[in-house]
Amino acid sequence: MSGMHKIKAQLDSFLIEIGDMSYFTGRFFKELFKRPFEFKELLNQCYSMGNKSLLLVGITGFIIGLVLTLQTRPTLMEFGAVSWMPSMVSISIVREIGPILTALVCAGRIGSGIGAEIGSMKVTEQIDAMEVSGTNPFKYLVVTRVLAVTLMLPLLVIIGDAVALLGSYLVESVKGDVSFVLYFNQVFDALKFGDIMPATIKSFFFGLAIGIVGCYKGYYCKKGTAGVGKAANTAVVFTSLLLFIIDFIAVFVTDIFYDL
Amino acid sequence: MMRDKNISKSKVVLEIKDLYKSFGDNHVLNGFNMLLHQGENLVIMGKSGSGKSVMIKCLVGLMEADSGLISVMQNDITKLTQEALDILRADIGFLFQGSALYDSMTVRENLEFPLRRHTKKFGKDLDTEKLVIGALDNVGLANAIDLMPSELSGGMKRRVALARTLILQPKIILYDEPTSGLDPITAKEIIILMQDVQNKYGTSSLIITHDVDCARVISDRMILLIDGIDYAIGTFDELSTHQDPKIKAFFKQ
Repeated sequence: MSGMHKIKAQLDSFLIEIGDMSYFTGRFFKELFKRPFEFKELLNQCYSMGNKSLLLVGITGFIIGLVLTLQTRPTLMEFGAVSWMPSMVSISIVREIGPILTALVCAGRIGSGIGAEIGSMKVTEQIDAMEVSGTNPFKYLVVTRVLAVTLMLPLLVIIGDAVALLGSYLVESVKGDVSFVLYFNQVFDALKFGDIMPATIKSFFFGLAIGIVGCYKGYYCKKGTAGVGKAANTAVVFTSLLLFIIDFIAVFVTDIFYDL
Repeated sequence: MMRDKNISKSKVVLEIKDLYKSFGDNHVLNGFNMLLHQGENLVIMGKSGSGKSVMIKCLVGLMEADSGLISVMQNDITKLTQEALDILRADIGFLFQGSALYDSMTVRENLEFPLRRHTKKFGKDLDTEKLVIGALDNVGLANAIDLMPSELSGGMKRRVALARTLILQPKIILYDEPTSGLDPITAKEIIILMQDVQNKYGTSSLIITHDVDCARVISDRMILLIDGIDYAIGTFDELSTHQDPKIKAFFKQ
């Protein structure tokens, strides 16, 4: 096959995958409002995805808060602007670093987990077994997982942001002798509704992307253990790419609203 | 082509007529026909890749056939709505080749799972605990109720899968390679269990297998699936003594 044909074949398969994923997303919204609702499984998934990701998100956020403050401090000191530290750190964490970093961590932990779990259920015929027992596997497996990660991600982002700010405060309190109340007064003075709302809204979309891609890759995974591994791996790679695209669109849209 | 001369005249519970299924240029089923009568054990044998699993998946609506009639208890499943198909599925048990137990659930939860959608079948009398314990008792595994599938041996998994199939009290049970991957002793136990189930509940069974011993013990009639068609139909004795080389090849051990 010539180089051009190879590129064309790859482009074709990429576009087909995008089409299939769009159909999959459409089916998610269609099934979301259909009875019966799987509340028990939804709560189970919320616990599994939310509670069990908390430590990882917390540690990552804490380290980012520490590092961001340590790296920025010398530059701000050069300009005599170290008192701006809480404002600068809080805006960068709440607007951008917190949501994207939490989403990337969750894409690795939750997205790959969903891809591998549903993929292995697919290759061991567990999904077929659900279907022949009269249960809609799409509703039971896909809708609950996508909804759980969509609901849990904004909460994890908020917790991650709070822990990151705590990390930042720790550096400031050691290096600059700033009180807790003063630091967080400056943080809340700097943050506006327009910083928090777009970040929260885009976190829902990040969660939706993680859930949809993970479930899609698992649900259509090829036979065999290699297929399960590939499903988990491509779920993370594709989601990470998608997160940056969604982030760009979210910033672009927010910017339009700021200009109005 | 050989046809069975002594087909039972009792009620037909399952019928396939002129079933075609292709995957691209690969024509797997080329006009397959079969009838399953009430209370009958029908064995289907065929080489790997001959379309046995495709046929059984078309039968329960897991795969869509290209053309042909699939009638389960006088319902053409190709024309049923999803809801009607789900209700009908309560009367069709399916034992998967690899057992297909839900590995994130305990044995109890595995058995309770099919009951969630079919509460109407049991009405107000639904006693989940009693049904679960009863189904596990039938397969001799009542003590495994709180174990996870990963803690079970291959034979135990197959028994639990059979218990999960039985819990909805189906009228037809489809077995996809029920003895594959099991040692001869465990395979024999599963065959005896299948006979016990048939005797106790009077179910009709469609069994897909490679195992000649299983076919000999359990079959009332057999169909040899060759080249995508019902190449030969008859009892085990009729087919095992047949002179057609294609048929003889199945019984060479």
